[in-house]
Amino acid sequence: MEKEKQVLVVFPHPDDEAFGVSGTIASYIESGTPVTYACLTLGEMGRNLGNPPFATRESLPKIRKKELQDAADSLGITDLRMLGLRDKTVEFEDDGELTDRISSLIQELTPSLIITFYPGYSVHPDHEATARAVVRAVEALPVNQQPKLQCVAFSNNCVAELGEPDIIHDITPVQDKKIAAMKAHRSQTEAMLATWAEKLEVEDPELLGWIQKERLWTYQWPEK
Amino acid sequence: MKPIERDEVQRAIDTFAKRDVFLHLETTNGAYASHHDESFFSAGAYIRNAKVQYEHGKIVGDDPYRVGLKLEIGWVYAEGLNHFEIDEQGRLLLAGLDSTGKLAVALQISLQPFE
Repeated sequence: MEKEKQVLVVFPHPDDEAFGVSGTIASYIESGTPVTYACLTLGEMGRNLGNPPFATRESLPKIRKKELQDAADSLGITDLRMLGLRDKTVEFEDDGELTDRISSLIQELTPSLIITFYPGYSVHPDHEATARAVVRAVEALPVNQQPKLQCVAFSNNCVAELGEPDIIHDITPVQDKKIAAMKAHRSQTEAMLATWAEKLEVEDPELLGWIQKERLWTYQWPEK
Repeated sequence: MKPIERDEVQRAIDTFAKRDVFLHLETTNGAYASHHDESFFSAGAYIRNAKVQYEHGKIVGDDPYRVGLKLEIGWVYAEGLNHFEIDEQGRLLLAGLDSTGKLAVALQISLQPFE
């Protein structure tokens, strides 16, 4: 991994960081690079409430806030920002205000790298709106002051249209931290992780490959 | 939340009748439904803190249940409800959870606005 001065991670939901880039985050932190995680919502509208349910629609935000803090702790993130928006409403916020929130983070932290979703290829409307806001905020900077922008994509058409990811991080050395981060988001991941237990036991290559190889695409600016 | 007990829910619905109440009503297939199955038509609706007064309300059906609230000049209803809780703030939280525990519908009634 290239050495970075400061990394800024921007996602809308607690657990968005866990699956795609938590190993990358842990690797940067282990190498001494400060990482700030800005999480826009508390995932208030998550459909998983436990099975049998241990949460309600109203208690879920408090539970997910705690899970987010636990996940951040397990990765070593000491600068966690919760931006206070509401799940599934990000795309309906005022675009300019949303851009300003991201711009002020960039101004404060002057990150050398920003990690977010890839606009157009990240499925959930909140992912898309977050990604667009980050792109707008970076675009507003003079070119020589723009941080690198690396994106998570997982729509069904992402490889066909973007090509293979140009950045693949092998995060095997911090795999345990990644699994701890995923486990921390218990309300959302418990059922899925239960199905993994056996596969992890027998070191299923497909699952381990998915966990150990984190895939990112460098954002391609549209030609002007 | 626990499986709906119809009489208890009916009593709670009755206590909120003819008063200003705040409603949360939501239906959802989840944001990934069309990602996992591209032929799936995803639809849902959401309203939070609608201030209404209902003349009467009723829970009907036999797990899952339906709840309808008759307003002075309109209606509110939800179907597919199977779990409930009266929380520490006295709010009636009704939800429909699918076979894997995922929320598909919610109808909630409170005397104070939801956060």
